[in-house]
Amino acid sequence: MSILETLGRLGQTSGFYLLFADWRQIVMIALACVLLYLGLVKKFEPLLLIGIAFGMLLTNLPGSKMYHPELWDAYIAGEITLTHIIHDGGLLDILYIGVKSGLYPSLIFMGVGAMTDFGPLLANPKSLLLGAAAQLGIFAAFLMAIGLFGFAPNVAASIGIIGGADGPTAIWLTSKLAPDYLAPIAIAAYSYMALIPLIQPPVMKLLTTKEEREIKMEQLRPVSKKQKILFPIIVTIFVCLLLPSVAPLLGCLMLGNLFKECGLTDHLSDTAQNALMNIVTIFISTSVGATAVYYRFLTPQTLFIIVLGLIAFEFATMGGLLLGKLMCKLSGGKINPLIGSAGVSAVPMAARVSQTVGAKANPSNFLLMHAMGPNVAGVIGSAVAAGFLLAMFGG
Amino acid sequence: MSFGDALIYSLLGMCVVFFALVLLMCIIKVMTAVGDRAATRSVPAPAGVAAGGIPAPDTSAPVVPLAMTAKLAPGAAGQLKLYDTDPRTAAMLMAIVADDLQVPLNELRFLSIREIKEENER
Repeated sequence: MSILETLGRLGQTSGFYLLFADWRQIVMIALACVLLYLGLVKKFEPLLLIGIAFGMLLTNLPGSKMYHPELWDAYIAGEITLTHIIHDGGLLDILYIGVKSGLYPSLIFMGVGAMTDFGPLLANPKSLLLGAAAQLGIFAAFLMAIGLFGFAPNVAASIGIIGGADGPTAIWLTSKLAPDYLAPIAIAAYSYMALIPLIQPPVMKLLTTKEEREIKMEQLRPVSKKQKILFPIIVTIFVCLLLPSVAPLLGCLMLGNLFKECGLTDHLSDTAQNALMNIVTIFISTSVGATAVYYRFLTPQTLFIIVLGLIAFEFATMGGLLLGKLMCKLSGGKINPLIGSAGVSAVPMAARVSQTVGAKANPSNFLLMHAMGPNVAGVIGSAVAAGFLLAMFGG
Repeated sequence: MSFGDALIYSLLGMCVVFFALVLLMCIIKVMTAVGDRAATRSVPAPAGVAAGGIPAPDTSAPVVPLAMTAKLAPGAAGQLKLYDTDPRTAAMLMAIVADDLQVPLNELRFLSIREIKEENER
């Protein structure tokens, strides 16, 4: 073999040569760079977006062989086992096992639980109604995905869950119902969560009057330590008995919260909300990004998902606000309807938006703690909705 | 799946979410009621020293008609009631309590501040 032949063969196996075999790879690399820019410079959910964008970059670099969608297709079809994937797969295939098994979203929920104070919810249990109403976005998007865009029910359910404004729940459900769409759905969910301060205020102003936005709410009653400890145990028992499919997510959320509240497991609570959360975030973000393989991502369906995701967020905000208005009327003007929009999960961003919009209408208005109730109720609500969708379309 | 079927699934889903969260709301309300009742029952009889070694107010003293003397503290969103205490003293007391407890002042909730008068002051 001559030197020229050797160099030629070397050139043909290089990534640069393979890069031009399909222009869509270049588009995906450019898109990954745009997402990196949004995460690094614009600070849109940087903790997740940077990992997702980098995973996307790695998986679309030709020749890197870090992620093999065809192996996962064979696994889903029952032709191979996880042992084959560990043996034949790349680094990102191995990391993706945690997404596919539902391990990472559940562990993230444990961390979220360890960081969440359910006190505002316990002080004002009516907040749960607002958290439920804000799940309207999930079902509105589900309906539109089927009625307008002709998606299959399992895919429509995964698209709808974007309206839950809860990244781990969206990843958990999509990895089980429509793994091929995991990347666009996760990217849409996290992008819109980061854009909540831009998405929600116009709807909030449109659906409420200035007088309603100015309403000052009474201070919340104090909640005893005993109630805070009992809450995660009782929620786990009742909700998991009602919807067993939601047990991994809700169980981990409540376990994390119990670690926090019981006062005896400070080290575990600290680990769940810091070290463990950070480790899992690295794994989940890169492996979710890796699923954005160019020939599956660059399709019209991705654009439809982006549009439906936005619709889902808007409907979720509307659902919470409309019930908030009703509760305002029924309570004789004691409830500020703005706290309803915080029912879309996205803790604590949505609650901050309620506070900001309320404070703009009346600078002496402090809605943050009142909005935290619907906000954490939204986390439970979206998990219940995900459990319902999994039970219906999970085969 | 037809649009009609999808609509039924959507309505059913919303019902399930509402049912689960209304159930939780009822549970929380029951839990709160039981907790409040237990707390009311366990209120100890008047004692000379309260928990934590802090001297309890002298309950044998003639009852001052508090509601008559109470006034709302300025800037306290109408929640903190001051009884025979001027706002300046109340602010100092709250700062001292926050410092002693090593808890930020905005995380504490003061319901009322009352001056406890000694026997010879009455």
